Amino acid sequence: MQQYINTGNKDTRSGFGAALSELSDRNPNIVALCADLTGSVKMDGLASKYPERFFQCGIAEANMIGVAAGLALSGKIPFVGSFANFVTARVYDQIRQSIAYSKTNVKIAASHSGLTVGEDGATHQTLEDLGIMRIMPEMVVINPCDYNQTKAATFAVAEYVGPVYLRFGRPSVPNFTPEDQVFEIGKAVTLSEGSDVSIFATGHLVWEAIQAAEILEKEGISVDLINIHTIKPLDEETVLKSVGKTKAAVVAEEHLVAGGLGELIAGVLARKAPAPMEFVEVDDRFGQSGKPKQLLEAYGLDAANIVAAVKKVLARK
Amino acid sequence: MTKEYSLEQIALQIRRDIVRMVTNAESGHPGGSLSSTDFLTVLFFKKLNCTPETWTREGKDQDMFFLSAGHITPVYYSTLARCGYFPVEELSTFRKIGTRLQGHPSIRWGLPGVHQAAGSLGQGISVAIGAALAKKLNNDDNYVYVLLGDGESQEGQVWEAALFASHHKVDNLIAITDYNGQQIDGRVEDVLGFTHLKEKWEAFGWEVIEADGHDMEKIEKAYDKAKDKSGKGKPVMILFKTEMGHGVDFMAGTHKWHGKNPSQEQCAIALAQLEETIGDF
Repeated sequence: MQQYINTGNKDTRSGFGAALSELSDRNPNIVALCADLTGSVKMDGLASKYPERFFQCGIAEANMIGVAAGLALSGKIPFVGSFANFVTARVYDQIRQSIAYSKTNVKIAASHSGLTVGEDGATHQTLEDLGIMRIMPEMVVINPCDYNQTKAATFAVAEYVGPVYLRFGRPSVPNFTPEDQVFEIGKAVTLSEGSDVSIFATGHLVWEAIQAAEILEKEGISVDLINIHTIKPLDEETVLKSVGKTKAAVVAEEHLVAGGLGELIAGVLARKAPAPMEFVEVDDRFGQSGKPKQLLEAYGLDAANIVAAVKKVLARK
Repeated sequence: MTKEYSLEQIALQIRRDIVRMVTNAESGHPGGSLSSTDFLTVLFFKKLNCTPETWTREGKDQDMFFLSAGHITPVYYSTLARCGYFPVEELSTFRKIGTRLQGHPSIRWGLPGVHQAAGSLGQGISVAIGAALAKKLNNDDNYVYVLLGDGESQEGQVWEAALFASHHKVDNLIAITDYNGQQIDGRVEDVLGFTHLKEKWEAFGWEVIEADGHDMEKIEKAYDKAKDKSGKGKPVMILFKTEMGHGVDFMAGTHKWHGKNPSQEQCAIALAQLEETIGDF
């Protein structure tokens, strides 16, 4: 299989911050709003260079969403930033009416998603955000896998006209995708071609899936490995082509089964090409405090769990 | 067309439109529409720097009006139509399938005059603040107006917005409260009481103007005063003291007609109290 080299661990949120800072130099219409988490969400680059285009909203997320909508309808391109839970669940109705239904060009930048927030525990570990944003009509939902891809995704999101949910995270994780990649919204990335099983992974679990595929290859199992960085619109063509070849699929994501990528792909396969599937995802429960790595292991989301899921699904073929 | 009519005559026709629209649609919100009629008539026919010919959703180089209390579409749509934003005849389609005149305002049907969806309460004021900030960034010295209900102001988001607007010195924003003292379940003071609404807004750092919302002269003066007070580092709130259901005796001063349509018989009684001035749709 194709080899992937970690060029050094980096946090995905810093990929967002670097891109936002560059964008703010290029385009005077780029503005940012934050709810008292400017450093955590990495908006400090833009904020320090262009204070007139940065709006500190305080701990008042509902108002922040509305203010962003007002800026957008007058021609600005606002990025609103906070932790994933506080810019989804807390403000669902504001996003629904003021952004999605009103078609305002607001970009929702969500850091600290998933279990890998770590020690803060369940109040901050949203495992529902992809589902929450996916059911919002017309919302584009993006979940890049590393620093380079998050940076590239941020550039693409700024170009795209319409509401977008961009999810990234806190911990330093392997950075392995090309620095000069072109990010195409809605186009999955095939990381390695194989014939026995399809693995669809998103976000931080793409690196875990690469580790799993390497282990499986040594055991003679050929993996078709695909990075689904855009949850919505889903690249159905790539999914169907892959499963058409392998006839079995494993989905890995740092999210609940409910509303996640697994259910989304299952829906596509059920309608068009049924095949056995296994999910490396979190069952119906909340997170807890711990180190990111410990949590991925405790909740069954690491490479070893992906290997086990592949073996399970192959037995069902 | 409406230039030859007095503000009082225009307001009378709009009140007739409101009653006929909700009767025709067999649903809708007459109470707050009737309490907001006079000050919206003054705003749209005398004060707002925007015309149907120049209006755009982006609102560049013109005043913008946002309805935060999205349910009072009868008065909103009638005022827009009587101003010439769209044909008056279209008021007969209010709330009917396929209409541009959705139950609550929507930008999805191409209705001129509507910048933003509203209906879920407390959001319009935040959006108006964002539009006002954009005007500052664009060196556009026009105003942004937003209309809130007093019941709506129970929403926490309204007070997040209040804090934000004063902190960021959004002094090109003129907010209006239709202070009619009623909401769906009863009197505001019985449901979740407001005392000292003026002092609350002042405590949040706003300039506050109080005025009789049914006296055309006083309404005009309140708008002029609001403009005088703007541009000085503080957002401005006008509290228009009004009566829910104003102009129709059996609807006046009660919450019972917040969101209820009259029967054909009740409609006839109401219309007998409201002179037809410009001509019905």
